[in-house]
Amino acid sequence: MNDILSGLQAAFWLVVQLDADLVEITLRSLQVSVSALAIACMIALPLGTWLAVQRFRFRRGVIALLNALMGLPPVVVGLIVYILLSRSGPFGVLGLLFTPTAMIIAQIIIITPLIASITHQAMRELWAEYHDLLISLNTSRWQRVRTLLWDGRRALLTAALAGFGRAIGEVGAIMVVGGNIDHATRVLTTAIALETGKGDFALALGLGFVLIALAVSVNLAVHTLSGTERGSRW
Amino acid sequence: MNRLIATVVFAFIAPFAQAEVLRMAVTTSFNNSGLSDVLLPQIKADTGLDVQLLVVGTGQAIKLGQAGDVDAILVHARAAEGAFVAQGYGTHRREIMFNDFVLIGPSSDPAGIAKTQSAAGALARIAAAQADFVSRGDDSGTHKKERDLWGDAGLDPDRFGAWYKEVGAGMGAALNTAAGLDAYIMADRASWLNFANRRGLALLFAGDAVLFNQYAYLPVSDLRHAHVNHQGAMRLERWLTSPTAAALINGYQINGAQLFTFNAK
Repeated sequence: MNDILSGLQAAFWLVVQLDADLVEITLRSLQVSVSALAIACMIALPLGTWLAVQRFRFRRGVIALLNALMGLPPVVVGLIVYILLSRSGPFGVLGLLFTPTAMIIAQIIIITPLIASITHQAMRELWAEYHDLLISLNTSRWQRVRTLLWDGRRALLTAALAGFGRAIGEVGAIMVVGGNIDHATRVLTTAIALETGKGDFALALGLGFVLIALAVSVNLAVHTLSGTERGSRW
Repeated sequence: MNRLIATVVFAFIAPFAQAEVLRMAVTTSFNNSGLSDVLLPQIKADTGLDVQLLVVGTGQAIKLGQAGDVDAILVHARAAEGAFVAQGYGTHRREIMFNDFVLIGPSSDPAGIAKTQSAAGALARIAAAQADFVSRGDDSGTHKKERDLWGDAGLDPDRFGAWYKEVGAGMGAALNTAAGLDAYIMADRASWLNFANRRGLALLFAGDAVLFNQYAYLPVSDLRHAHVNHQGAMRLERWLTSPTAAALINGYQINGAQLFTFNAK
């Protein structure tokens, strides 16, 4: 119990003093997770919607696979990306291992199935509503996907925020592919793991509270900016 | 959306917009000691090298060197280092400094190791008492050393019962586990002095010559991996063996205790 109190205290002082290292790793956490989220959304949102609209032979199989991949163990993803990006691996010439880019790649792989799955769930319902209208208007497949994406944007926001949540709190994969290098690839979660290893629970918890506060404020900011949860709208 | 794109672009450009970078794999014990925080700024000032540390166990450090993912390694496992050079992964091995291992345990010392004369004797007592013992179990230099010491005592860790707990973790995490279980553990002195969460643990045995822990620096061969920064690695070696490094290493203290002794020749 004392540990938690001193953790809160450590978090308070870190934030009040605007500790330079804290600002740096917090910004890097955001940089990695937001980049991964942006790219994952570009893949997952159209993919999830397309799966709701399109009928094809292995559709059930693909959807089941996508749902299963939501539970991808990050550390395994990290290990595979590590082996691929290692100098002795197939993409070694790119020299990407132990850079933020490698961390972004790993996180894209982790969160894309999650976002695509949630998107598909939401779009399936919307498609049932829009089906007759869009078919009778003789729209092309791409037009249908675009219409659903736009009209279902609030549900997609939830999908994106779920992806962000998984990315910002993830440690297994980015520890392996990033290497937790000070001033290069250290982010909030890997710093927490490091401080725990040193037995400095107060600082580790302090960083943990900063991470939680960051996740909450990003969610609040997104909801405020996009005007959800306002009385007059749904 | 524009800002989003800017962030993405920045994320891809950032890794390339850095000063001369040297990647070095080091052991957890070296980094947890806090010595790296003293050395790195001075290295940057004297040589212009931006040394990026990958803090891993010796087993993984050697693996990183073999794959060419780092430019040099700083580890402490004599046999593995010899093989690393013999197989052509490293150009040579240079001794830099040493510290020592210590035996930590519950301050009540149920196995009575504080009174023993040798490390092997102390371990034999722990085994005889079947007192809880936490082992790193991660193929690190510390783990290899610990297994060697059990061998010296005529014991085989693979045959131990449930009291011998291999946690497969770094030094700090293993110390946390030992503190939680009130168990014995072997640690390097630096990690122990820097460890904050001691609870009921105390330093019980130290000083036997076999607990001596030599750190060596091995640049990765540029014949095998043409992309490694061998020039930088050689510059770092010159710095690590210089009088400046000697003064910083010998002068580094925690609570008045010297942790490392410089012995580069």
